[in-house]
Amino acid sequence: MTPRIRLRELRKSFGPKTVLDGVDLDVMPGRSMVILGGSGSGKSVTIKCILGLIEADSGLIEINGRDVLAMSAREREEVLDHTGMLFQNGALFDSLPVWENVCFKLLAQKRITRAQARDKAAEALAGVGLDASVGALSPAELSGGMQKRVALARAIASEPRIIFFDEPTTGLDPIMGAVIDGLIVDCVRRLGATAVTITHDMASARRIGDDAAMIHKGRIIWTGAAATLGETGNAMVDQFARGEREGPITMELRK
Amino acid sequence: MTLAPVDWVAALGRAALDLCRTIGAVALFALEGLSHVLRPPFQPRLFLRAFLEVAYFSLPVVGLTAVFTGMVLALQSYSGFSRFGAEGAVANVVVLSITRELGPVLAGLMVSGRIGAAFAAEIGTMRVTDQIDALTTLSTDPMKYLVAPRLLAATLAMPLLVIVADVLGVMGGYLIGTFKLGFSGPGYLKATFDFLQVMDVVSGLAKAAVFGFVVALMGTWCGYTSRGGAQGVGAATTTAVVASSILILALDYVLTEAFFAR
Repeated sequence: MTPRIRLRELRKSFGPKTVLDGVDLDVMPGRSMVILGGSGSGKSVTIKCILGLIEADSGLIEINGRDVLAMSAREREEVLDHTGMLFQNGALFDSLPVWENVCFKLLAQKRITRAQARDKAAEALAGVGLDASVGALSPAELSGGMQKRVALARAIASEPRIIFFDEPTTGLDPIMGAVIDGLIVDCVRRLGATAVTITHDMASARRIGDDAAMIHKGRIIWTGAAATLGETGNAMVDQFARGEREGPITMELRK
Repeated sequence: MTLAPVDWVAALGRAALDLCRTIGAVALFALEGLSHVLRPPFQPRLFLRAFLEVAYFSLPVVGLTAVFTGMVLALQSYSGFSRFGAEGAVANVVVLSITRELGPVLAGLMVSGRIGAAFAAEIGTMRVTDQIDALTTLSTDPMKYLVAPRLLAATLAMPLLVIVADVLGVMGGYLIGTFKLGFSGPGYLKATFDFLQVMDVVSGLAKAAVFGFVVALMGTWCGYTSRGGAQGVGAATTTAVVASSILILALDYVLTEAFFAR
């Protein structure tokens, strides 16, 4: 079966600093892949490269078997049109009410009218456990958890085939984190989508992920079932999953 | 520690290269922004919002600046010209100064402080909070959505603001001329319009359009390229205002040469 996303030897440097040093990763259709790794390990840069937000220096990025980096800008737009993204801080547009945020892509592509968008937004908000009245509020009026839910509603409103989640539980209390994880699992299943999540949160990784991969110093050092995290037999992964101070991963002090 | 001469030369070279790189980046940004102004799909709602922000909400500050400038100009030129008996030229000097130079330049500087800063702060905040990346993931080109409507709105709104500034500036001179300096009202107005030529007004409006474009360009560019959180957004805002103000003054000279040099 062709992987939904396939990365080979993906490299990216910022000046003298190498962030991705040959990332290899396969994400199969309909699976939920969790990418783990410490701060600065290259998790966010990997998904930003896949989404075209950062230009990779070299390597292969395939989506549905098509080489994204070899495509024209228009072809790449078409492929990426079927993706959705939940940003770490929500990245909701301050200048727009919640309902316009949720239906932004559908409105931008003129797939629905503004009147239809209000109904569609109410439906999408209900899907993430929010009342339709929230649609009239501005993002600044929402709590962190509600902002995450609205951002999730926005990410899935256009029913993408691939959804990326950037640290979806960061900044939330454990209960709200579990709620968001539950919503992510439900939404991904309902859409039959492929999901890629980056996180440091082990509880979240086990709840969301079917598969997991660990990135360290710009390389994937392990892939396996998310359920085995903490008992993988890989010393680095197990240290990370258990949050242990002692082990092969040491804290590097920047000079 | 003292620097060897070769280090000074190297530092100068680096600064020159940085300047060239920045000029090239701004030029490419401007070209891309302009290409989105001309290519559909257009963003009429965003254009109208930006137009209202530039034209309507800048009216008080531009209007007040123009009125007081006209008043000061009348007073100063009267006190200067009276030394050699040329008080009669006050109306002519006021209208020429306002329409050719002070109207567009002062309106440009005021709009730079208001709108250039606002564009840089808004877009810069969007940059550091991932909202610009979010636009891309929602199949929307940030240049088309954020930059093109603002460039067009400021370029079209500034000449309208300058028309108002011209009228109010002349009115300020008229008020001082008639109520304080003893000119007759009809006489002052006759002197104003007898001397005024179409080219004086048109050149001022053309300058205004260029200044509007420059203010929007520097505001959007500084915001779009800002980095590093609140401090980065603050720096982008300051740079936008300073750069657009200097560019306005420099371009004013270039355009004056182009319009009036013999």
